[in-house]
Order: sequence, then structure tokens, then C-alpha cells
Amino acid sequence: MKFAVIVFPGSNCDMDLLWAVKDILGEEAEYVRHDADSLAGFDGVLIPGGFSYGDYLRCGAIARFSTIISEVIRLADEGKPVFGTCNGFQILTEAGLLPGTLLRNESLHFICKTVQLQVVNNQTNFTSEYQLDEVIQLPVAHGEGNYYCDEATLETLKENQQIVFTYAYDNPNGSLENIAGIVNEKGNVLGMMPHPERAVESLLGSEDGLRFFKSIVKNYGKARANA
Amino acid sequence: MYNVKVYVTYKDSVLDPQGEAVKGAVHRLGFEEISEIRIGKYFEIKVHQTAQPIETVIEAICDKLLANVNMETYRYEIMEEV
Repeated sequence: MKFAVIVFPGSNCDMDLLWAVKDILGEEAEYVRHDADSLAGFDGVLIPGGFSYGDYLRCGAIARFSTIISEVIRLADEGKPVFGTCNGFQILTEAGLLPGTLLRNESLHFICKTVQLQVVNNQTNFTSEYQLDEVIQLPVAHGEGNYYCDEATLETLKENQQIVFTYAYDNPNGSLENIAGIVNEKGNVLGMMPHPERAVESLLGSEDGLRFFKSIVKNYGKARANA
Repeated sequence: MYNVKVYVTYKDSVLDPQGEAVKGAVHRLGFEEISEIRIGKYFEIKVHQTAQPIETVIEAICDKLLANVNMETYRYEIMEEV
């Protein structure tokens, strides 16, 4: 499976993502610049964390107009897996690929720590290697991770089981319903504030993020076998 | 030539933690009578002649970029310079 890791001015988790899928999982992965105009030949997209365009205006608001985004939208429409972590999640909401938005943390603090997450939906292409309601540990590092959407959107998220990860015990940012990660209705675009790519080796303090990427690869393989 | 002022603010339903923090500081200054402070964004835009009506142009810019309509609303003032 060949992943594109999109690199914006100000991205800073791009190397972590490439490391996770290429060096740890042994899949193919390449950096693709924000101003490139093609994702031809890629099977999936990874949008990294960081501070694209210095978080000017709103987090992700300017990155969303990068030339590569129309290609990300094309792959998403084709049903290929698209994953955004942290700033990547913010970019996906700004681009309209995921509903809702990420507000400033309720405490106003930038939070950088390991959190406990509950896998509340393991029937997705991103989480099938986890047990339902399993509690895992992943790091977070953000100032704007407070997920918000209107009531109608929240109802839709619940009805379609689009809420995938919730903060298990302590909610670090004040997000609605303790939401940490959601998937689109079709199930192929996932955004989350925590960083699974920073938890793929025991040396890093947790290996709980590894099964996230394994799920993507495994389900892609299954889909290909059935095609 | 137009001078346009755009104000972007959180919707009433959205909590503004920055505004809350500033309100707390204002109270500590001794101005207990202040009941609410909400922080927004202000843009000054200069526009030469537009092919479409200027309102259409400004609203398109606001809807697509300056405001995130999921959480924010906006209003604008257009002043023509003679």
C-alpha cells in the first residue's frame, strides 16, 4: 500500500507519519508537497499535525486552499483512506471532508501529554484491530482540539456511529461528548486530535497507535482481494 | 474604491474561553458590572471595482475563508471612497 504524507509549510509531524507506515509497517510512503497537483498512484493519504501556515486566521483555514487539497478530496470521493491527525484533523474539517470544527481548548492551555482513549467504534477501516471499548494510550499536543458541532450534526454523528474515539477519563480540551476522533459517513475519512504515529514503538512509551495503521493496511488489502 | 470592514464573531451558542478569561481579568480590575466579553476578528479590506456586486464578493470571501460558518457569524460595512 502506498501512502502520501502531505507536507504544508509548518507541518511538523510529517516525518513521524512516514516513519510509522514506512519504517515500522514496511509499507510504501512518500512526502507530497502542498503545492503539488497530483496524487496519482497513491492508495491513501496521511495529513500530519503541526501548524500549517502558522495557524493564521484559523487552524487549517489556509492549508485547505492548497492545490493538493482538490486531489485529497478526489481520493476521498473514490473511497480511499484519508487520515488527518491534529492539524490534519483541523484541515479536514475546514475542507469540509469532516463535519464540525476544532475550537480553542477550554482551558486555553496548549496540552502536551499522554491521554487515555476509548475505541467506541471498532467497525471502521481505521480501528478494526482494536477491541470495542478498549482503552488505549496515545499522546496529544494541541491548543485547538475542542471538538464542536451543532446539535443536528451531533445527532447525525451518533446515528451513523461516526464517533470513533472518545477521551476515556479526563477530557483534556472540553470537546463535545468527549469526542477525540470522528469518521465521515462513508467511513473512509478519519480525523482525530491524538497522535497514533507517535505511539508505534515501546521506546516511545506506547505501541497502541500501531494497530491504527495496521487496520488501514489490512482493510485495504481485503478490499483489493474482493475487488 | 471601497473600504470594507468585516467583523467575525463566534455564534452565541459557542463558548468563547478567551472572552471568558478577559472578563475574569476585567472583574479583577474592579469592573464587576461587565457581564459579558466576547472576542472576535476584524478585517479591513480595500476593494477596487468589482465585476459582481461588491456585497456578493465580500460575502463569498467571508463564507469561504474569513469565517467558519460552523461556529462563527459575520457582518460587514461597505464605505465608498469618492
